[in-house]
Amino acid sequence: MKISPQEVAKVARLARLDLPQDKLELFAGQLGDILGHMDKLAELDTDSVEPMYSPVEHTTVLRPDEPRKEHGRDEVLGNAPRQDGQFFIVPRIV
Amino acid sequence: MSRYETVIGLEVHAHLKTRTKIFCACSTTFGSEPNENVCAVCSGMPGVLPVLNAMVPEYAAKMGLATGCEVNLKSVFARKNYFYPDLPKGYQISQFELPICEHGSVAIEVDGQRKVIGLTRIHMEEDAGKNIHSAAENASFVDLNRAGVPLIEIVSEPDMRSAEEAVAYLKELRSILLYLGICDGNMEEGSFRCDANVSIRPVGQEALGTRAELKNLNSFKHVQKAIEYEVARQIDLIEDGEDVVQETRLYNADKGTTHSMRGKEEAHDYRYFPDPDLVPLVLDPAWVEQWRAELPELPAAKRTRFMADYGLADYDAVLLTAELAVADYFEAAAKAYSGQARKIANWVVGDLLPSLGETGIAAGDCLLTPARLAGLLTLVDDGTISVKIGKDSFRDLCASGDDPAEYVRARGLAQVSDTGELEAMVDRVISENPAEVEAYRGGKTKLMSFFMGQVMRLSKGQANPGVVTKLIQQKLS
Repeated sequence: MKISPQEVAKVARLARLDLPQDKLELFAGQLGDILGHMDKLAELDTDSVEPMYSPVEHTTVLRPDEPRKEHGRDEVLGNAPRQDGQFFIVPRIV
Repeated sequence: MSRYETVIGLEVHAHLKTRTKIFCACSTTFGSEPNENVCAVCSGMPGVLPVLNAMVPEYAAKMGLATGCEVNLKSVFARKNYFYPDLPKGYQISQFELPICEHGSVAIEVDGQRKVIGLTRIHMEEDAGKNIHSAAENASFVDLNRAGVPLIEIVSEPDMRSAEEAVAYLKELRSILLYLGICDGNMEEGSFRCDANVSIRPVGQEALGTRAELKNLNSFKHVQKAIEYEVARQIDLIEDGEDVVQETRLYNADKGTTHSMRGKEEAHDYRYFPDPDLVPLVLDPAWVEQWRAELPELPAAKRTRFMADYGLADYDAVLLTAELAVADYFEAAAKAYSGQARKIANWVVGDLLPSLGETGIAAGDCLLTPARLAGLLTLVDDGTISVKIGKDSFRDLCASGDDPAEYVRARGLAQVSDTGELEAMVDRVISENPAEVEAYRGGKTKLMSFFMGQVMRLSKGQANPGVVTKLIQQKLS
């Protein structure tokens, strides 16, 4: 198998995905198929091909270093589930 | 001699002195109200597009050029994935496979030994926000002002063999960043931060030992102490037949110890991949050449030149070139002064630097300007004031910005060289101390300094010591 159910569980944990135990085999099979297809592509000789880092053809989009304020703090905090007008508030981490 | 060799590699994060963040137009001003400098991009709203700040590749490439790196004309941004509330997107935009600079080096000197430390790479990335944890409210408070502030990470080879070498390397890097004007170098505010990878191995062994990564090192002293503690801890473990565990350890400055940050092992699986929101960065070779041409004289070159041009000792040259403002101050004063530049160096190192250290004033802002310092030394040289009066007036002149000649005149500090006036003082000292006079005439010539001290006391430090010595010798011979 290309990827074990244990590896699927690990990747899911890293991505904070709540994966039901009984689906691990199913996803391992599906992900394995995708990886298998990648192996198929890897059979092609690409030694003389430059790696593609982006599907977009243009490069180097730059912005001048000029400050601009787009939103007030109220707006920025406005969408947060919990805030006190100054900070975003989240469950205690430490 | 220890049976173990210490191996240290450093990762340095330097805030770039840009006006705006790396991928959005929010201000980078330090110390604003919480979440004042935040927008949709740096707060990680869905559907927004990061756009690279033009100054960031320029500054990163300049650091690379100043440290002999190859500048990669093509470089790529990648996502470093992990979850923490100060990182709203769930990933940090950084560089992984193709960083902007690689394969450089920095020369350091420890105990007169020159050594070259290899630089693996320099890459661009965004900083995270800040969390404040409250046990009382059972909550954490997130401020995203710092999220998206541009950083370069400078990664060294594991080339350092002692805490002293690590500190020398850090000081040199900081100095170069300050000369380039691309980072303010403030360790306490976190604009110049360092993580240290430390391991030990038996002398003669080729393979590296298991390393611990030390964090929370926010001064040169902490770096030194944390590494020393960690090396001793690892030697103890190995001598006791135990293993060093690969882990992140936090330095505790109060106790001078390091302790494990448990439970973060998995967090090191960052699953990097190229960021599809950002197109590859391709630099025009002409830009790189222009940036190379714009590099200032760097600390190492300035040190060599100061030693050659001004006859400075190595030690003084190091102190005078660590910060550009101090180097410029010294050079301006040396040019304004007709005597030996070494004298200016002595005053700058011995008096100016401690005074700046105490007041927190930058050399360029000192009210005792380079020209005025040269004026003060000239007053000493031509005998108008004694060295002691000169030194005593130094702090006052730094604070007031008075012209030294005016200051000396207004306070009547000029040295007394008038023979008649001094003769009266010498006579008085001789008549008041018959026993010492007797002893001196009997051969205890060491008492000269006693007489001199008495005359100085009478003159409030203003007697010309040369004239006084002659008078005493005449009278007592």
